[in-house]
Amino acid sequence: MNQATLHHIDRPKGRRVTPADRKALADLLAALLAPGGAGEMRRERLIEYLHVIQDARGHLPIALLAALAEALKISQAEVYEVASFYHHFDVVEEKPASVTVRICTTGACALAGGATLAAKLQNLLGADVRVVEAPCIGRCEKAPAALIGGEALGLVTPERVSQALAGTLSLPETNAEPMLLDAYAAQGGYQLLRECGEGKHDSDSVIATLEQSGLRGLGGAGFPTGRKWRIVRSQPGPRLMAVNIDEGEPGTFKDRHYLEREPHRFLEGMLIAAWAVGIEAIYIYLRDEYAECRRILAAALAELAGQHILPQALPRIELRRGAGAYVCGEESAMIESIEGKRGMPRLRPPYVAEVGLFDRPTLVQNCETLFWVPAILKDGGASFINQGRHGRKGLRSFSVSGRVRQPGVKLAPAGITLRELIDEYCGGMIEGHELYAYLPGGASGGILPARLADVPLDFDTLQPYGCFIGSASVIVLSKQDSARDTALRMMKFFAAESCGQCTPCRIGTHQAARLMAARRWDEPLLRDLAQAMTGASICGLGQAAPNVLLCVLKYFPDEVGASDPGTDVAGRSVSASGATATA
Amino acid sequence: MTVLGAAQSAGIFIPTLCNHEKLKPFGGCRLCMVEAEAGGRTSLVSACKYPVQQDLVVRTRSGQIDNIRKVLTEQLLAFAPDSEVLLELAREYQADKDRFAKEPSFCILCGLCVRYCAEVKQRHGVGFIDRGASREIGFIPEIAATECWDCKECFPLCPTSALQAAFVLVKSLTPSPS
Ligand SMILES: Cc1cc2nc3c(=O)[nH]c(=O)nc-3n(C[C@H](O)[C@H](O)[C@H](O)COP(=O)(O)O)c2cc1C
Ligand code: SF4
Ligand code: SF4
Ligand code: FES
Repeated sequence: MNQATLHHIDRPKGRRVTPADRKALADLLAALLAPGGAGEMRRERLIEYLHVIQDARGHLPIALLAALAEALKISQAEVYEVASFYHHFDVVEEKPASVTVRICTTGACALAGGATLAAKLQNLLGADVRVVEAPCIGRCEKAPAALIGGEALGLVTPERVSQALAGTLSLPETNAEPMLLDAYAAQGGYQLLRECGEGKHDSDSVIATLEQSGLRGLGGAGFPTGRKWRIVRSQPGPRLMAVNIDEGEPGTFKDRHYLEREPHRFLEGMLIAAWAVGIEAIYIYLRDEYAECRRILAAALAELAGQHILPQALPRIELRRGAGAYVCGEESAMIESIEGKRGMPRLRPPYVAEVGLFDRPTLVQNCETLFWVPAILKDGGASFINQGRHGRKGLRSFSVSGRVRQPGVKLAPAGITLRELIDEYCGGMIEGHELYAYLPGGASGGILPARLADVPLDFDTLQPYGCFIGSASVIVLSKQDSARDTALRMMKFFAAESCGQCTPCRIGTHQAARLMAARRWDEPLLRDLAQAMTGASICGLGQAAPNVLLCVLKYFPDEVGASDPGTDVAGRSVSASGATATA
Repeated sequence: MTVLGAAQSAGIFIPTLCNHEKLKPFGGCRLCMVEAEAGGRTSLVSACKYPVQQDLVVRTRSGQIDNIRKVLTEQLLAFAPDSEVLLELAREYQADKDRFAKEPSFCILCGLCVRYCAEVKQRHGVGFIDRGASREIGFIPEIAATECWDCKECFPLCPTSALQAAFVLVKSLTPSPS
């Protein structure tokens, strides 16, 4: 399993480690390794150690990486490979700047002028501040958004950034108070989990209730949750669980929304799952961009560790921190990352339910999927099943962003249409903006024209249109925006986030982005690329990346010169550049 | 046993780039994609990694497979335009070697050198750096200086001329150990 331990005999040295390097590393890691901390050094915690160095020094000096390799008894190549894989690690000899400002330029933030802002800010702030264009940071309802040295700032203007840097505006600007353990318990929280521990429920009937409720994975793939529990439970122990809070799909911020409000409700769902499936240890993988959620979860876990309301012993729980990599939301890449490796998706079979984390059978579940478990079990799933529209069943948390009046997380019936969602839940379109297009499932789920705004939004309803709902992140474009520019941005996002393991995705996303920058698209070439990506990529990133491009060819041909210019589907005339003018 | 292994023992040819008998399957190049049909469902799988099973029906060529292999070859030729192995694949699958804009880095990231050094030699002298389109191979200078000169066993594995070039470069930048 851990090949690192096989070969220290006669191991080539690489860069010499000096006593001073050893001392510097030991000092940095002292707090983490102290009694009461994480204990002795472990290979799987490599990324945690890299975080400590990066946080303290602002970069990863080669000498400390060599010392880390020595301390973990692994090769220096392995440490470089891991460190250079993640966006949030700077493997350079000099500290790049005293602060890094990451401006989102992907989804709604791009529509709100993120890229222009990034350029302006770099000029304004000078060399001591590094301004980086970043993929979606999950604050789309406050576009344009940024991370200032790791802390989130919404509604970014140059003034607000300057204030945040000067300390006159304190971050994060919290918009919700997390409910504490006592308050949650007072309203009946953890009662169900306690009853499970007291033997008042059996796991079979709990799983059966979940199956009847029709709850499906809300991380994007929509796998039936009850069935997944049953599959993992039937595997030989010890079984592990990995909770996916990587939330990297552009436009998605529902997991953060719920964590900021009711962390214990999620934790109870997680612990019920662990109880029902017979889980020995739980790893929570939280994206690095969510510093506030990290504090909230750490505090909630500490409360849980000191509680006296549950009779049963809880499984071991570890909170792990991502390091800037969208692909680590793919379940097997997340597992690799938790093991302290590069986030490279595994080839299947075997599936992670059989051979997952540390080669053990593993239950992988999205944060929000677990969040709904307590409520569903309490009323037998009725509150869930009795919802739905246009023949669909259940509830969905739509992360709505873009040109609507009130963006945010909207808990709405599954099967609701975009038009209903905007009108009933988002206060309509922003003044002066008329609906033009929408992305129903982040960057991966394709892009649809306004004339298809009456299609029910749910799992399985969008496939006939070349789209899918994924994590239900809906990005709304108006006639001031261009579908082509949006698709191009998303393809650049995929190119920057591809793990680079397989040919069709590594080269395909990069080549597609270049071809899509042309005024007139080379349709046959792009279609060939798309076929190779969809058919031959290892994971969902490469397989879904062509959706946006195929949708533009299908629904917005006039934007890319794929058919005669004239008026487009929304009846808008197209400018001579082939792309419609953007504001 | 993998589909590739089964095909090879039956004398059926499936093209591969990143596979090597001494190394664990990697599944990165995707040239070995085949259609596998089981339980009424057909899916595209990489033969070098996919296990054989009872009643699995495998198609090693079809319009779809050939087109995928053609495009993959064209993609790789943009990076290693002179690779003999790729030019031969191009002839087999009617790939146009000039279809994509050239960006000769010469390395196609098959990982043979990296994996050979790690798995067989256990030296870790060369590794993958970065990710996505910026992914590249790199020698660890201090190890290259002391270990690689007398080994070089990975050189003949490389389907392009990239490995030697990378080594020569590192060599020229590192002081010799003596
Ligand atoms: C490229 C890619 C990115 C993904 N990102 C996430 C993510 O950020 N969060 C998540 O829960 N699932 C993500 N998924 C889906 C996971 O692979 C997996 O299906 C999910 O975590 C399972 O939990 P669920 O059944 O509760 O949804 C991603 C999948 C792919 C292919
Ligand atoms: S499809 Fe892309 S992200 Fe997924 S394994 Fe291949 S290169 Fe990596
Ligand atoms: S240098 Fe050659 S052997 Fe090594 S990864 Fe690149 S193409 Fe493969
Ligand atoms: S030989 Fe199978 S993917 Fe390369």
